[in-house]
Amino acid sequence: MSALTFTLKQPPAQRVDMSPLVCQKLQGMDVDAIAAIELQNGKNRRRVDELFYITGMNTQEIIIANATNKLDFIGKELDGGSISVQGDAGAYLGMQMKAGNISVSGDAGLYAACEMKNGLLQIDGNAGDFLGGALPGNKQGMKGGTVLVKGNAGQRAGDHMRRGQILIEGNAGDYCGSRMVAGTIAVMGNTGRYLGYAMRRGTLLLWNQPQLSATFNDCGSHTLAFLPMLFASFKCLNSRFAESNAAFNRVQRYGGDMAETGRGEVLVRI
Amino acid sequence: MIINGVTIDKTFAEAFPMKATRAIITAQNEKWAMISAQAMTGFATSVIACGCEAGIERVLSPDETPDGRPGVAIMIYAMGAKGLAKQLETRAGQCVLTSPTSALFAGIEGGKPIPLGKNLRYFGDGFQIAKKIGGKRYWRVPVMDGEFLTEATTGMVEAVGGGNFLVLAESQPQALAACEAAIEEMRKIPNVIMPFPGGVVRSGSKVGSKYASLGASTNDAFCPTLKGMTKTDLSPEIESVMEIVIDGLTKEDIDKAMRVGIQAVCDLGAANGIKRISAGNYGGKLGPFHFHLQEIMA
Repeated sequence: MSALTFTLKQPPAQRVDMSPLVCQKLQGMDVDAIAAIELQNGKNRRRVDELFYITGMNTQEIIIANATNKLDFIGKELDGGSISVQGDAGAYLGMQMKAGNISVSGDAGLYAACEMKNGLLQIDGNAGDFLGGALPGNKQGMKGGTVLVKGNAGQRAGDHMRRGQILIEGNAGDYCGSRMVAGTIAVMGNTGRYLGYAMRRGTLLLWNQPQLSATFNDCGSHTLAFLPMLFASFKCLNSRFAESNAAFNRVQRYGGDMAETGRGEVLVRI
Repeated sequence: MIINGVTIDKTFAEAFPMKATRAIITAQNEKWAMISAQAMTGFATSVIACGCEAGIERVLSPDETPDGRPGVAIMIYAMGAKGLAKQLETRAGQCVLTSPTSALFAGIEGGKPIPLGKNLRYFGDGFQIAKKIGGKRYWRVPVMDGEFLTEATTGMVEAVGGGNFLVLAESQPQALAACEAAIEEMRKIPNVIMPFPGGVVRSGSKVGSKYASLGASTNDAFCPTLKGMTKTDLSPEIESVMEIVIDGLTKEDIDKAMRVGIQAVCDLGAANGIKRISAGNYGGKLGPFHFHLQEIMA
């Protein structure tokens, strides 16, 4: 059975709420029923078949083709199955997803993996601000799963992050790991200003020396036993993180943010 | 049944259901992994007074361990889940956490999870860090030599304890040599431990005692110095009896271990002073697992 494919007819002028088109909600529905689903498009509601050409039948394998950054809430609360986005994704990609896989061949907008609970989210391009963050006003961001960004991440990656891992092959913007509660953020490229601002616990694993605030204290250089195991767990990913030459276990450890509870750590490869 | 001049008694070993777990100890090198493992499995020969029975299952190469360092697999058996959990935690805290360069991991996937490092983390006094890697939860506890890395839980499974056989020989050195040969072969069998010192017991016990305060006492029927003073089970030429006790994850595991152990003893044969193989039981009324010697060796 071929993948259920939604091919965008033309770029929408207004934003589209894609949250109804997730595997568990489409399970058991025929194509006519799926075509009749109404999506919020700006101030209007439009049928799926007004916006997309629909082919394929497998609701557990969804492809969104010709995607643009106006398609918001792709994979919201996804609970198994896979969604492949060919093109860019809008805001709130994989928000609160519980299980399954989402992959995006282009860029993702704001709040990708926002309050994500489990599963794998892969973005081949760049991710916007608040990657893995919490909705405004909420106290806990991403709570589990893995986010892989092959490009760069915007500002506030991992804001309020509670658990899980965010892997960024490129650079991370300012305030990476801000207000982090726990979890792991690994950045192969460079990081911006105010790294780990007000982080309480958690790990920022860096390949390059960051510009650290005065509220992070040097704890010395160490060989940490958990790092080889962490890198071994990346082996299943289609990523530079899976390459054996990416792994290391010797790091400079900085503790902080001492302006908060100060139980977080920044580990920098040496 | 006679094998190489050794009589295999028509009797059986009687064993009991137990709870078991396995843990993997790793360290900078095999020497320190073994030191930690020996400490953790020390004073654990019998549930009668030790609270558990524990032993080293085997040495693990770096590619067999979670952190890629040399390691040792140990197993702990106890009569109940609560007792097993307590023994595991106490021993891990005093013998592995304290041992230089050590790390501690689960050795059984599945089963009921019981705390391994889950509570040891509090030694970190708030500086401990949790990491979920590959779906498993680990704790990094800061210690004076760096970090103690431990998996949060390990699995507890149903198991069998108390498989045994007795080696009856013409002399003490011959009995010991036969038991050493048996243990060497039995240690190659997975999922079993022989918890007594070096795997061998020289003081097999019977249930009860003339002293009301004791639940067990010397097995006088198999004591060679009492041949003329008690209802003996020994013929005149027997001068020494030693026992090998086996705990295993399943009855089949113990079957295999007993078979290779008895075979090793029989290979030495009557020419080396080995006269009989027997086994300890309680008439078949106490333990649900019966290991019939002649069936095992058939």
